Amino acid sequence: MGAGHVHRLYRHGPSPVHALPPHAKLTAILGFVVVVVSTPREAVWAFAAYALLLAAVAYAARVPAAFLLRRLLIEAPFVGFALLLPFVAEGERAHVLGLSLSESGLWGAWNVLAKGTLGVAASVLLAATTELRALLLGLQRLGLPPLLVQIASFMVRYGDVVTDEMRRMRIARASRGFEARGVRHWGVLAKSAGALFIRSYERGERVHLAMVSRGYTGSLPVLDEVTATRAQWTYALTLPATALAVCLLGWTL
Amino acid sequence: MHVPDGFINAPVSAAAGALAAAAVAVSLRAARRELDERAAPLAGLVAAFVFAVQMLNFPVAAGTSGHLLGGALAAILVGPFTGVLCLTVVLLLQAVLFADGGLTALGVNITVMAVVTTAVAHPLFRGLVKVLPRGRRPATAAAFTAALVSVPAAAAAFTLLYAVGGTTDVAFGKVATAMVGVHVLIGIGEAAITALTVGAVLAVRPDLVHGARGLTAPVKLRVGGALVDAPAPAPAAAPAPARPRRALWATGLVISLVLAGCVSYYASSEPDGLEKVAADQGFDAKEREHATGGSPLADYGVDDIADARLSGGLAGVIGVGATVAAGTAVLWTVRRRRVSAAGSAGAVADPAGAVPGSAGAVPGRAGAAPGPAGAATTTPAPGSSAPPPSAPASSRTTPSAPAPTGAAPSGAAQSGTSPPGPAPASERAESV
Repeated sequence: MGAGHVHRLYRHGPSPVHALPPHAKLTAILGFVVVVVSTPREAVWAFAAYALLLAAVAYAARVPAAFLLRRLLIEAPFVGFALLLPFVAEGERAHVLGLSLSESGLWGAWNVLAKGTLGVAASVLLAATTELRALLLGLQRLGLPPLLVQIASFMVRYGDVVTDEMRRMRIARASRGFEARGVRHWGVLAKSAGALFIRSYERGERVHLAMVSRGYTGSLPVLDEVTATRAQWTYALTLPATALAVCLLGWTL
Repeated sequence: MHVPDGFINAPVSAAAGALAAAAVAVSLRAARRELDERAAPLAGLVAAFVFAVQMLNFPVAAGTSGHLLGGALAAILVGPFTGVLCLTVVLLLQAVLFADGGLTALGVNITVMAVVTTAVAHPLFRGLVKVLPRGRRPATAAAFTAALVSVPAAAAAFTLLYAVGGTTDVAFGKVATAMVGVHVLIGIGEAAITALTVGAVLAVRPDLVHGARGLTAPVKLRVGGALVDAPAPAPAAAPAPARPRRALWATGLVISLVLAGCVSYYASSEPDGLEKVAADQGFDAKEREHATGGSPLADYGVDDIADARLSGGLAGVIGVGATVAAGTAVLWTVRRRRVSAAGSAGAVADPAGAVPGSAGAVPGRAGAAPGPAGAATTTPAPGSSAPPPSAPASSRTTPSAPAPTGAAPSGAAQSGTSPPGPAPASERAESV
């Protein structure tokens, strides 16, 4: 637990975006992504406008572009899939550079790439400007069932502990000369996973008993109720509102 | 396999979100019932385990490696409902924190990776465990089969969603072949790792494997040199099988509906692909004719994608609707019956039934470490709400009733007759 309670994606900073209440930010990002997904893919300029909007948010949040771009790499597997689409999709074929590509496949690839990238960028911005605890409070405020929020907060709280236990087991294996090279070594790794499960489960039982001994009856009291003022809501919802305007323009033009 | 934004169109994403929400709601209720107030810490730790084990790389060959998806493993180890919750939380946090999987595709991801894998793996595992002879090896084989089937099933579910609401019109057959083909390979790896892991847990703590309840030998006490059946867990274990069987039946019904939808879709789309291959010449012309208004050459292969997709979509939507309705109705009636019967010992027996081995092990263990004050392994309760530690709890015993003082009355609570047990359980079941 000594690793601190800030996740790797979070970038602390004194920006107005950081100061926004989490549920307002979550609503704004979710609204933005929904708007992006429902934009027609032929309106190419609309996606450029969305990217500009996100860039403006990143600037306001003082998130450096390099950080944002590096985090976008998580999308890489699906880029591969998207690049495959023009070759396998149906419909009219277009001939580009001697390759026979499907037009609808090209549109589909563009669609997946543009919307996926914007979605990932929006999520990265949200994670970069919101602390984990605040994120969970925001989710709870937005009506996620309390039990689910509790499970999520326990997972977040003990994620590092469990990961650390796994790291220690890896070091223990390595220090005994073990090196996983192929399928033959799966048994050893699976035994580690089994041991990890038993330790996690038993830790869960211990945590539960410790909590019961302190009066836990199944629900955690909400100590810091997050609230948002009208001005904060307005500020946060500027993003999806602008995006919605762009989207409507995209449908009409 | 995390689906990003823009892959599935908005209406189908919303429908999948509703389906996922319904499944999570059912799981929340059932997990509460199974685990009582232990649900949050236990499910949270298991979610952390799933999250961690997804980072454990299994080398395949020549520098490539794979990792566990964990759906079948979680379902087998902690039960279907808790498993769905753990995977949902993992997926939620991956989407919100790590941008892994789109926010709008969260419903799709939860439906495919949490609900479908669990709904396939768990009944299959339970069924095989029932059919096969008892023992560790058959249980491990059952885990292998369940995990092996669950991954291509998830891929098939994704293909179905893609056929209904995909944003690119790739032929259904191609998507299905590619997805299911690749995922059969992935499924073999997943199955091997899952089976090995389940086997490892079974060897050490068989009581923790939720799916293998009933495999453990009854606890014997050595009294004066003679082996005697442990008295306490016997009455508690008796009512427990009634509910899992019913839940199993309900889950099986849900699965069969989903599968019926899938299979009928395959049946209607498969001849398309064959006939398309056969009548390859002039394919483009027919396609264009079809696009302009539907050709009357309407044999099965030419009325190509649009109609197949439409019918598939309808079948999918109807199937999903029927699934939700039937599943909800069944679980609702089960719950109603259980709430009405909550005054009896059945409500208390539940948590014990969830971990029968540990319940069975308690009497044996209690003899070894009953001291409530001597535990050194107490973990401090997290969160600012906890007062300073005043009453350390014994760490090894597992009280099933929400006893306020922790381990001390656990022996009494296990018998299923302690008065504080049933009342809060039934209240909670009604209030949730």
